[in-house]
Amino acid sequence: MTTASVALRSRSPYWVLLGIALAIAWGLYASGLADDILGYRKDIVYLTKQHLVLVAISGSAAIVFGVSIGVWLSRPWMARWADGVIQAVNMLTSIPTLGKLALMMSFLGIGPLPAIVGLWIATLLPIIRNTYEGIRVVPAHLVDAARGMGMGPTAILWRVELPNALFVILAGVRTAMAVNVGTAPIAFLIGGGGLGELIFTGIDLQQHGMMLAGAIPTALIAVAVDFLFGQVQYWVVPRGVNPLRAA
Amino acid sequence: MIRLEALTKTFATPKGSVTAVDGVSLEVRQGETCVLLGPSGCGKTTTLRMINRLVAPTSGKIFLSGRDTDTVDPVELRRGIGYVIQQIGLFPNMTVAENIGVVPRLLGWDAARRRRRAAELLSLLGLPPADFADRYPNELSGGQAQRIGVARALAVDPPVLLMDEPFAALDPVNREAVQGEFLRMQVKLRKTILFVSHDIDEAVKMADRIAIFHSGRLVQFAEPDEMLAHPADAFVASFVGSDRTLKRLRLICVREVMTPLEGGRVDTGPPTVSPDDDLRRVAALFLEHGTESLSCADAAGRVVGVVTREAVARRLAAEGSR
Repeated sequence: MTTASVALRSRSPYWVLLGIALAIAWGLYASGLADDILGYRKDIVYLTKQHLVLVAISGSAAIVFGVSIGVWLSRPWMARWADGVIQAVNMLTSIPTLGKLALMMSFLGIGPLPAIVGLWIATLLPIIRNTYEGIRVVPAHLVDAARGMGMGPTAILWRVELPNALFVILAGVRTAMAVNVGTAPIAFLIGGGGLGELIFTGIDLQQHGMMLAGAIPTALIAVAVDFLFGQVQYWVVPRGVNPLRAA
Repeated sequence: MIRLEALTKTFATPKGSVTAVDGVSLEVRQGETCVLLGPSGCGKTTTLRMINRLVAPTSGKIFLSGRDTDTVDPVELRRGIGYVIQQIGLFPNMTVAENIGVVPRLLGWDAARRRRRAAELLSLLGLPPADFADRYPNELSGGQAQRIGVARALAVDPPVLLMDEPFAALDPVNREAVQGEFLRMQVKLRKTILFVSHDIDEAVKMADRIAIFHSGRLVQFAEPDEMLAHPADAFVASFVGSDRTLKRLRLICVREVMTPLEGGRVDTGPPTVSPDDDLRRVAALFLEHGTESLSCADAAGRVVGVVTREAVARRLAAEGSR
């Protein structure tokens, strides 16, 4: 019962968003812009696919690499280097994403590849940081108890360290994916395609309908991705260590 | 059962090497509770952690049931030894039943058997399984969590338990209760227990024998009454406290000092004690009523003996033995 009501509360922002979205849709319809936007239907479908491919490839690669690198940095034999690496990661994170994409363009030219690599790096960094920090703050006495009971290093990682760090790791993934989805339209600027094409062209040509035809699906994807990872965080993290499901 | 031979641990620190444990030899018998006692930094915890190889000894040997632990894989060794720590260390991501099932799972027990064992242990500790098995540690009180910490250590019924200040984080009332329960359980289970404590009262209550440590050395290894009666040196005397005679009172029961009476009744006034009381109650009644003797009545109210001040004094003066 409690679980259900908490679940509902954690979803309530989405109901608010849905309300706002409906209000905007009605506004667009009333002002006649809706027809304008729907005129780009074919472009929207085509570019949304492209956009989703950018997000999916760069995002999933970032999750796989980010978590692996974070875990690797947290191992005892990396203790001497981990701090330095995390400092470097923090420094790289502070480079604006547009800057990262521009740098990628100078190394890899234009097209989808540098866009994906740039998005990948932007998404990777917060995941590395949260994975490392999440594992680092697992209380030492838990690892000690696990060792004293006869768990090997692999069992300790999978049954103690990762489950207890999971909430923080997924918080990193959620933030990183928000950055990823939010940055993806810029990929257009280095030839990566995606919904940025409608947005930026719409701005340049002062075509509101065209701009919105790119902006609205971008916003919807952002909300959907955040909702998805919010749900993953809610259901995948064990109840005993999940602040969203605290008793 | 557990035998330590000239066990030594030296840690390298930036300021040079520090000897944490210095040539400790002792033997703990099967079914015995041995308390390692001493101030912080005396080497008692390091000694304990060398037994399950969480710390590797610098030199010396450890034998468990006659087997040199050097010859056993540390992970294997630890699965056969119950381990309880002060912070309890229940895994917050697992339910109570899953926590108890950690070692069984490492040993390859199937889920149904793990679940049965968890229920069995919860019942043993007075926690209804239906209510507790599926709780998470953050849904437990401190005392409940500590009981489950003990249950987890007992999961595969290991012959040896290592307990590192297991009750130190509990409030006094809860601590008394958990200690009492643990003693009652130990009467049934007869595990061989090494128990680290810095609290002389806890040691006197729990121990069959106490090993007192000072600066990494074992300075006295004796039964509690013996240690309180005859501290080996000035350090032990100051550690057990100037009230050590009062502490001994808890260890002696009325039956040991009373003069049995047969048939005839002696009227010594209303205050009576039971033959199973300890001498703390006797001393309190002496002071309270200023009498020279007390009568001892059994559960049925029949007077079965007399305790006199003189008999108590004689017992305290005698060699400590139990």
